[in-house]
Amino acid sequence: MFRIFLKEVNSFLDSLIGYVVVAVFLVVTWLLMWVFPETSVLDYGFADMDTLFSLGPFVFVFLIPAITMRSLAEEKKLGTLEWLLTKPVSEGAIVAGKFLAAVSLASVALLPTLIYYVTLYKLGNPVGNIDTSGVVGSYIGLVLLGAVFCATGVLASSLASNQIIAFLLAALLCFLLYSGFDSAAALAEDGNVSLFVRQCGIRYHFESLSRGLIDSRDILYFFTLCGVLLLCAKTVLSSRSW
Amino acid sequence: MSIEVSRLSKTFHRRFRFGGEVGTQQAVSDISFTVREGEIAGFLGPNGAGKSTTMKMITGYLPPTAGTVLVNGKNIAKEPRSAKQSIGYLGEHNPLYLDMYVHEYLAFAAGLYGLSSTARRKRVKEMLSLCGLEPEQNKKIGQLSKGYRQRIGLAQSLIHDPPVLVLDEPTSGLDPNQLVEMRKLIKSVSARKTVLFSSHILQEVEALCERVIVIHHGVIVADDRLANMVRGRTEAVVIEFSASVSEGILSAAEGVQSVSVAGPNRYRLVARPGFDIRVSLIRLAAERRLPMVGMVQEENSLESVFSQLTTEASS
Repeated sequence: MFRIFLKEVNSFLDSLIGYVVVAVFLVVTWLLMWVFPETSVLDYGFADMDTLFSLGPFVFVFLIPAITMRSLAEEKKLGTLEWLLTKPVSEGAIVAGKFLAAVSLASVALLPTLIYYVTLYKLGNPVGNIDTSGVVGSYIGLVLLGAVFCATGVLASSLASNQIIAFLLAALLCFLLYSGFDSAAALAEDGNVSLFVRQCGIRYHFESLSRGLIDSRDILYFFTLCGVLLLCAKTVLSSRSW
Repeated sequence: MSIEVSRLSKTFHRRFRFGGEVGTQQAVSDISFTVREGEIAGFLGPNGAGKSTTMKMITGYLPPTAGTVLVNGKNIAKEPRSAKQSIGYLGEHNPLYLDMYVHEYLAFAAGLYGLSSTARRKRVKEMLSLCGLEPEQNKKIGQLSKGYRQRIGLAQSLIHDPPVLVLDEPTSGLDPNQLVEMRKLIKSVSARKTVLFSSHILQEVEALCERVIVIHHGVIVADDRLANMVRGRTEAVVIEFSASVSEGILSAAEGVQSVSVAGPNRYRLVARPGFDIRVSLIRLAAERRLPMVGMVQEENSLESVFSQLTTEASS
């Protein structure tokens, strides 16, 4: 698994995908947070990072499928997946290696945004007037959400043998997982049903983490979702019927 | 360190296509053979006979519909990791990561087999020199020509010094010089290894293999030592005279089964099985004072055996 992971990371660095993903993420979040007047923190007047944490997931909806779309679809197309599967490596290890590489890249893209936190910390009046626990929780949430999106992307890539289809499928699935359940919940008339449906979606758990409350149930939700998605991807590979 | 294939079958299901048929296709049906330790077996068959499918099942990529494969005594379906560890495989289309460097790719392959970092470095170096890749090691695979890519494919299949080698048409698409080099390479590395080697080039099989397994329409039609295969088949002699000779006289020679005209003053004589008619023909020519100027025995090559086998089975 570690070999696959290393190879993936190297290929991100080699093919510029890594740099482009990080750059695009930073430019978009920077524009949203500091430049565009509708969402700019400077115009808003409160030292908080809600802009990043509410719009970040939508940036991820497009960016993470772009990271993962190659992972298995390209290997299938080139025939290298066949080659890999004749090596003493399990399907699970291949999926896990690809997934972890994508998660690392997404996390690296998040790292420079810590500067935004430092900036807001200094800009606060008085200095340091910012909800630090909320920010920490939000970062954890964003990483976990990124992980779920990566798992979705790998699954989509295992199903498609064409990168564009893998991208579109992953973007759609990520979007539905993130905000589709909320919209569905709005349709339900019964309050309990509505709550249950909302709890199935990512946003509910992400927002709960954003409040700075690190609840083991939310963490468990993200881990389970990743596990299920990756298991599906592994099953697709094992079936050899792509 | 052997390959044992028993009652192996593979059925493909054709998916729905507009204007196409839905159905199943039997690619390999109920084949069994064993390649013993240290043996080089040629796996022969026309295109689409089921060679690659069989090899993909042996290497654990395709799950068989029925039957078992034992590599080195290990069932590939039940203990895939340890079975795959002892196989080196060069696939039909030799898929490679085109954006990797040659040495990087070989090190990656070595890592997949769990070689330690020192062993990895040592083996990569050895393979680079064995396959003549040293001058190209710092190039990306995508920049290299077909011949070099094929060598990289062979190098990766040998990287962990496997006891069993499965090579699926390793020489396809090479030019004549590269062909000779590749064969030499295969010959030199295959000592003390169990090798299953597929090809549809017959000269190659003759040059490399002791034993030949012929597959046609997914069924094994012949499995024998090369020498046995070529021997014991109908033999024919073409005889030439300086003047015309009646066919009746020739058919009187001992052991002659049939006579046909092969050209002006040339006759083709087919021998009854087990007879060397050349002796009786010389005797006949001497007795009858026939003006014989030449005699050539038609070589019963693997080629004719092959075409016989693969047309017999289809009719």
